[in-house]
Amino acid sequence: MDDLLLSFKFYSRPDQLKLVRAKVTEAVTSCGCIGETIQDFVIAVDEACQNIIRHAYQGQPDGEIILEIFKKNDDIVVLLKDFAHTVDPELIKPRDLDDLRPGGLGTHFMQEVMDEVTFMPPPQEGGNLLKMKKRIT
Amino acid sequence: MEYEVRKVDEASVVMLQGDIDLESSPQSRKVLLECIEKGSPVLVDMSGVSYIDSSGIASLVEALQKSRQGKCYFALVAVSEGALRVINLARLDKVFLIHGTLEDGLKEAVTS
Repeated sequence: MDDLLLSFKFYSRPDQLKLVRAKVTEAVTSCGCIGETIQDFVIAVDEACQNIIRHAYQGQPDGEIILEIFKKNDDIVVLLKDFAHTVDPELIKPRDLDDLRPGGLGTHFMQEVMDEVTFMPPPQEGGNLLKMKKRIT
Repeated sequence: MEYEVRKVDEASVVMLQGDIDLESSPQSRKVLLECIEKGSPVLVDMSGVSYIDSSGIASLVEALQKSRQGKCYFALVAVSEGALRVINLARLDKVFLIHGTLEDGLKEAVTS
């Protein structure tokens, strides 16, 4: 059975990310995560939110983002939904790390720290839905 | 994020503190690039960095590239555990010069 740890709506502004990181820390700590595992969820959600702010809403500051975190058996599942235009996941795929240049690392970080990162089919009402999952035992 | 720039011998020591994220990374980028433009060695003290994301890492990469173009010494010193983990995730731990302490960084900067 899914256990909802957090449901949080916020706006697509960089100044919201500190609060988002605090909410994620609180949620995953409440179900027993410690140390690097907490940091993993913080990194993954922060980078995913950056992608939404920069690529989906393209800097528009009043876009809505809904973050939900569930515990499902031994997994923690993160869902991030936005209502921007649908973004082609190919445009935010990780870059070659040997190519030294600023930027393009966010999706790589998400894939490194999570067990699964899935860009779900766009919801009927539009926008984007991202699902990330990590086993915590 | 808070920052402090001070001159130690011939080097500029940039102390970054707090969270370097999408909101604050434009400021870290600006401070680092301004120091590098002066041409003296630049040491970035990251002992007080509590969090750094990909945009913060991008500001360090841009500073590194600028330092290489200007043949200016650029190194990270006393990197916090959390920040070092993110640098490792980006596979940049062998790309940046990283010293354990500011003193080590200063010695290296003088002899480089």
